[in-house]
Amino acid sequence: MRPLAALLFRDMRIAVRVGGGALMGVLFFLVVVTLVPFAVGPDLPLLKRIGPAILWLAALLASLLALDRLFASDHEDGSLDLILMGRAPLELVVAVKGIAHWLTTGLPLIIAAPLTGLFLNIDPAAEAALTLTLLVGTPALTFIGLIGAAIAVTLRRGGLLLAVIVLPLTVPVLIFGVAAANAAITGPVPFGTPFTILCALTLMSVVVGPFAAAAALRQEME
Amino acid sequence: MPLSDLANPSRFLTLANRAIPWLAGLTVILLGIGLYQSMLAPDDYQQGATVKIMFLHVPSAWLGMLGWGIMSLAALGTLVWRHPLADVAAKAAAPIGAAFTLLCLVTGSLWGRPEWGTYWVWDARLTSELILLLLYLAVIAVWRTVEDPSRAARAVAILTIVGAIDLPIIKFSVDWWNTLHQGSSVFRMSGSTIDRSILMPLFVMAIAFTFLFVTLQLAAMRNEILRRRVRTLRLMQASAVS
Repeated sequence: MRPLAALLFRDMRIAVRVGGGALMGVLFFLVVVTLVPFAVGPDLPLLKRIGPAILWLAALLASLLALDRLFASDHEDGSLDLILMGRAPLELVVAVKGIAHWLTTGLPLIIAAPLTGLFLNIDPAAEAALTLTLLVGTPALTFIGLIGAAIAVTLRRGGLLLAVIVLPLTVPVLIFGVAAANAAITGPVPFGTPFTILCALTLMSVVVGPFAAAAALRQEME
Repeated sequence: MPLSDLANPSRFLTLANRAIPWLAGLTVILLGIGLYQSMLAPDDYQQGATVKIMFLHVPSAWLGMLGWGIMSLAALGTLVWRHPLADVAAKAAAPIGAAFTLLCLVTGSLWGRPEWGTYWVWDARLTSELILLLLYLAVIAVWRTVEDPSRAARAVAILTIVGAIDLPIIKFSVDWWNTLHQGSSVFRMSGSTIDRSILMPLFVMAIAFTFLFVTLQLAAMRNEILRRRVRTLRLMQASAVS
């Protein structure tokens, strides 16, 4: 357990230091949400209706931001080779890196979400439900993203390829995340139905993501 | 001849060279019969002549999914046995599968305009098929980004296996969700709900399209093997000069 905990703290420390991407993600999230009213006009009823979709889309894009550096920076400075040679199972290592990524990019978004909900005219009860869907759904985005990050690890311009690989795979999460948020705001579907499917998607990606990403890393790094 | 002989690229090439003309001929004949039968098939009492779009739409949809299925099997060959021919098969199948998926979407939306009154709706079947197209394009993007072919093959293999989740979603989307796209009507426990006069040309077209796919797949694999040989020769030439 100790090497894994050390890795978790190392990744989080790197993320919050200069050059890390931790606050960049949440800043990007805020900028995207701020841009939307300029694009669609400051129409409060409309913003209320599309608010959950905007927040989810912004969260999806923000979680992509730091992903391309997740393994690539370790690959560049050689620490990925050390990790691969280490005794800790690679699947667990990858999962820990995913958790560190979520804690530094996903969690700040969720903390910022109530504030952005205020901008988009979402009422407090709906905001709570929306934040809950983000809390449950963003880990899925990170763990699906791990696969793309691992595939693109050795590429010089992996960022764009990463988005192309990862975004189609995240569609189900987006669908059920927004569906659950909308169910809480407008109904008529009970909140629980899409929400439990969202939970299932997250659990599935937590299992599939680390295994696929670890397999990809092993293949890439030979 | 044992099946393992096929795994040798040179043997595969001679076999492919011998098989491709026959397969191509068979494809032309079957397509001829299928198209002729499709033309003779009666118009639907509700849809009129637009029902004939189905003769292209359904086989394309089936082949778009078959393409990913072949890529998934090839991905196993790449990851488990490290076989170069599996890499070649996966690379050849991607553009062909993408083309059939695109054809399926285009014919579907051309049919949707008169029948549903819209080219596109965001229902589960259409959306999952669109995602399949995007996944195909992502796979092609990986092939075109990673320079070393065997490394690209391994990256693609993982993406292919993960993306295979979309296949059952496409298949069962009409059962799981209440979609505008009609439910399964050809293969059902209670027998097909399509009349024989339309079902027969559909089957012939499906078989003809499958042969078309196999022909294109073998030809593309042959080209890819030759392309790799050219690449190797160039690399050898370049290292001999320097």
